[in-house]
Amino acid sequence: MEDARGTVEAVARSSYGRLLAYLSSSTRDVAEAEDALGEALVSALASWPVDGVPKQPDAWLLTAARHRLIDQARRRRVREEHQESLRRLFPDATAPAVDGDAFPDRRAELLFVCAHPAIDSGLHTPLMLQTVLGLDAARIAQAFLVPPATMGQRLVRAKRKILDVGIPFAIPEPHELPSRLEAVLEAIYAAYGLGRDDAAGVDSHGENLADEAIWLARVVRQRMPDEPEVRGLLALMLFCDARRAARRAPDGRYVPLSEQDPAAWSVDSIREAEAELGAAARWGRPGRFQMEAAIQSVHADRAQSGRTDWAAIVVFYDHLVGLAPTLGARVARAAAVAEARGPLDGLALLDEIDGALVATYQPYWAVRAHLLRSLGRAAEAAEAYDRAIGLAVDPATREFLLARRG
Amino acid sequence: MRYAVLIYESPKDFESRGGDRSTPYIAAWRAYHKALVAAGVYVGGEPLKDVGTATTVRLKDGRRHVQDGPFVEAKEQLGGFIILDLPSIDEALEWAARCPAAATGAVEVRPIDAPAHETIVAT
Repeated sequence: MEDARGTVEAVARSSYGRLLAYLSSSTRDVAEAEDALGEALVSALASWPVDGVPKQPDAWLLTAARHRLIDQARRRRVREEHQESLRRLFPDATAPAVDGDAFPDRRAELLFVCAHPAIDSGLHTPLMLQTVLGLDAARIAQAFLVPPATMGQRLVRAKRKILDVGIPFAIPEPHELPSRLEAVLEAIYAAYGLGRDDAAGVDSHGENLADEAIWLARVVRQRMPDEPEVRGLLALMLFCDARRAARRAPDGRYVPLSEQDPAAWSVDSIREAEAELGAAARWGRPGRFQMEAAIQSVHADRAQSGRTDWAAIVVFYDHLVGLAPTLGARVARAAAVAEARGPLDGLALLDEIDGALVATYQPYWAVRAHLLRSLGRAAEAAEAYDRAIGLAVDPATREFLLARRG
Repeated sequence: MRYAVLIYESPKDFESRGGDRSTPYIAAWRAYHKALVAAGVYVGGEPLKDVGTATTVRLKDGRRHVQDGPFVEAKEQLGGFIILDLPSIDEALEWAARCPAAATGAVEVRPIDAPAHETIVAT
């Protein structure tokens, strides 16, 4: 009994996204497919403990969900004389149940749908988390700091739009692939959320969805192994993830990268990250995520060499800012330049950034405070520390900065 | 749009803001206040004295009831409020998450209704 329930949960975890992507790819109706799959999971919970777990649980769920979709379409057809819908639904609706692994994996297509330009960019990541990973709206709402009911409504509207606008479930054509892929990768990276910890202070914002983000990147990588930026993003997140355990002291205190013990870094994650980055580099098509991964690779070298090659990091940051001059990259470059050439040079780069952009950008103030402190400009440093402390969300970050401020 | 940020503090928070002004909690509040002002979103706000000083009055069936203590007995009590001017609730929740009391008590965000002179003063 418990076994059957455990199997349902395990199948739901591992196959939810594949099943949903396949079910919704022909109808474009994600909400309807979610309902059908949800009902199929409920009936699995009822029947598997009695009848035993089927040999191919995926196929069983797919068949059950398809039957529900076909029923709904029939009812709709009768109601609305909607001839087209049944044919559009499943051309092979009467075909026997597919083999476990035989139904096509359309999760990558679903990710492109979620990050389509017709969908509000703030909803790209929440949609991915819900449709491909099966996360519930309440959990997603926590991570994005919105009330659960609001997140639920926004997701419902976004799915409605997928259907109304007729967003195709397809890998984009080559001419539009670069920009569409960038949107997908950015949304995945947004889920990673932890940000960079190579700046003097990082503020982990909200709930950590690092595992989910890495999982999504693996989905895209499996389907598009020849896209260097896909491999670069996966490498970047694996490098950062390798340091997860080292980022907190046993008492919960925040430990900045420069003070982390490399022995606490995950060797396996770093090895996999290096392999992904090495593979990406072979295409000779550098991009933002490969550049960021390269920076993390230099940091990871400290485990071997015992030192950090800041000059190399600065070179990569210069390229990164050239490719994508985001606020985060500019602030992190200033921090790296300060390490390589001294705090005055770093401060000069911070001064170049428009003040209006940084009023609520916490890492800017943390880096600024750090540099002013090392220059002995105590009063200015205290002011900058206050701004960084006041903008911090994570209590561990706040405590770390309060201690530094003195 | 203006939002009221209602600060519910734990007994420990209330304690740590009396007397010694150099506690980490007070230092965090000072920094938070500075960040709000510097971002140009701060309209106003006041801290309240601890809940032991509260008196609650109500009229029931024509009889006056005066009660020693707060209206609602709870572990976390209203310790102050801040008024912020922001484009939307999303930004208001972001600032609420940064509030030092969010980690130890709770912070409630409420949109402020139409100004009083429009709803009750004007006829």
